[in-house]
Amino acid sequence: MSTETLVATGNKAHSHGPGSPVPLQARSERPTSYDVDVFPVPNGREEEWRFTPVKALKALFEDAEGTETPKIDATGPERVEIETVVADALKVLTPQDRPSAIAWKRSASALAVRIPNEAELTEPVHVNVASLGGRGFTHLIVEAGRHSRGLVIIDHTGAGELSGNVEIKVGDGAELRVVSIQQGDHESIHLAQHDSVVGRDAKLKHVVVTLGGKVVRINANVRYAGPGGDAEFLGVYFAESGQHHEHRLFVDHEATNCKSNVLYKGALAGDDARSVWIGDVLIRAAAEGTDTFELNRNLVLTEGARADSVPNLEIETGEIEGAGHASATGRFDDEQLFYLQARGIPEDAARRLVVAGFFNDIIGKIGVPEVVDHLHEVIEAKLARTAQLSESAKAALGQ
Amino acid sequence: MATLEIRDLQVSVDTEAGPKQILRGVDLTIAGGQTHAIMGPNGSGKSTLAYSIAGHPKYNITGGTVTLDGEDVLDMSVDERARAGLFLAMQYPVEVPGVSVANFLRTAKTAIDGEAPKLRTWVKDVNTALASLEMDPEFATRNVNEGFSGGEKKRHEIVQLELLDPKIAILDETDSGLDIDALKIVSTGVNRFAEKGDKGVLLITHYTRILRYIKPDFVHVFVDGRVAEEGGPELADELEANGYERFLKAAAK
Ligand SMILES: Nc1ncnc2c1ncn2[C@@H]1O[C@H](COP(=O)(O)OP(=O)(O)OP(=O)(O)O)[C@@H](O)[C@H]1O
Ligand SMILES: [Mg+2]
Repeated sequence: MSTETLVATGNKAHSHGPGSPVPLQARSERPTSYDVDVFPVPNGREEEWRFTPVKALKALFEDAEGTETPKIDATGPERVEIETVVADALKVLTPQDRPSAIAWKRSASALAVRIPNEAELTEPVHVNVASLGGRGFTHLIVEAGRHSRGLVIIDHTGAGELSGNVEIKVGDGAELRVVSIQQGDHESIHLAQHDSVVGRDAKLKHVVVTLGGKVVRINANVRYAGPGGDAEFLGVYFAESGQHHEHRLFVDHEATNCKSNVLYKGALAGDDARSVWIGDVLIRAAAEGTDTFELNRNLVLTEGARADSVPNLEIETGEIEGAGHASATGRFDDEQLFYLQARGIPEDAARRLVVAGFFNDIIGKIGVPEVVDHLHEVIEAKLARTAQLSESAKAALGQ
Repeated sequence: MATLEIRDLQVSVDTEAGPKQILRGVDLTIAGGQTHAIMGPNGSGKSTLAYSIAGHPKYNITGGTVTLDGEDVLDMSVDERARAGLFLAMQYPVEVPGVSVANFLRTAKTAIDGEAPKLRTWVKDVNTALASLEMDPEFATRNVNEGFSGGEKKRHEIVQLELLDPKIAILDETDSGLDIDALKIVSTGVNRFAEKGDKGVLLITHYTRILRYIKPDFVHVFVDGRVAEEGGPELADELEANGYERFLKAAAK
């Protein structure tokens, strides 16, 4: 057994140290329920809401019908079954907070995407979720039959306030990749809960790409239905001025010999750019042979941006393969910039190179060309905006 | 002929106690075809001189001029200086995670030349440069300076010198941290550059060891932020025998 605990928390003033005051065991006992009334309206002092701008979420805390039905549809290879089903058709997910419970109750049906047993998809399934400007709820089910292989890309766009639940079931021996892209308009709000269950000897790669939206908050939870499961959770985010990107993970190891690997990387630029990352990993007493690692890194590009990062690892058995976590938040390194410029590379290109370098490993792991290309494009555009802003700031200072 | 001219250069750094003067009027002219050695004790301001010429933002120029072929260097951004033909091999090369050496070199070469290098010859050039510094071609795929040993970082600087082919090269303690074999390899690289003709070399060093392999035309003894004495190679021999004692005493007066 090896237990590794690496915690490097640079940039102290902008980063909370590791370890939440609440033990994870207590976390796993936190209520989950389909009943909205179990969850009072958050006031922002609760452990699970203390980093979130709850004032902006009033409408999504209200237990009322949506003012719109967001568009949700899917296209994919012929063998994939796409149909509308009743909300409680699968029940892999149990809401863990009020917006999720409301979304469950208020979206009358769910869209189900099912990859049949043993089907090996060569093309991705695309799911489009668009909020039209009002307040709405969605419910998506992704099921990969046993020994199937597939890729599902969920693209979230639009202008409104959206609360959505995503249930993911990976059958025994299946290999599923799910990419969820959040790129709503600048005023949009998106709350989501993604619950995944990984079957025996199955593999899930869950990728979150958060680029747009005023407030995005995603709770991603994973558990294992049998031994030998492997879950890789990747996340990339880039918060600009006025954006709040929050990702909360909970990996619940109870089955034996399962693996989990969490890697989230984010950049922040501009006043009030905010990111929050909470990574909870619980290795229960029964989960012998567990192998887990989680890592979050943040790159703070400008003054005024702030990243909070809280990894929590709790181990209830000694019989594990390995467990570790690390978190680091650092400022953009001007020495790197100088070095590149000293080789003739203009400042903006040098800056792009450093940021691309920061994201390089995780983008390599995502491995879905259409997502990777899009990510590169959006990151470039965001950096161009950052450069423009700092230019005009300099001009305003008369430099 | 390429000429770097430094006149009465005065430089300070910001400290918590206020600005601290480090360079106190440096005069130095480096012409193409010449190799100059600057030698001086720790803390005398050698790196400050190198970084100030390269344009590191930490250093405030409080007086004097630096020109390259008559152009005002101090008025240029860091990258403009490099494109004008200045190259600084750093005492502590910086790691750039996630950026491969190959990508870095190609981006730099493109910026310096104003056009992308021809793909076929470029790959060959990179491999040749790596080989001449006895670096495995595998280094091209590694991230810039990440996990490189001290000696590998220094050799990588000289690889860049060969590929980017500036007019004037400033080498800040490129010899420190090198074992004798690496020192010879690096020196051969610098000599190869110098022999291309019309190239100026400013070799900053603490020890005379490297001067056995790179023969300077001029030696400048640097003490307390200025050139205390200048001479030919024989000055290095004197330093080898007697150290900096004489100059430190003179400066203290
Ligand atoms: N931020 C700073 N605050 C205070 N002093 C500084 C600062 N930066 C540099 N100095 C001082 O400036 C002086 C010159 O430093 P520099 O690095 O140029 O010396 P050097 O001649 O290159 O020394 P070495 O041989 O050790 O490389 C040193 O005394 C150093 O401590
Ligand atoms: Mg130095």
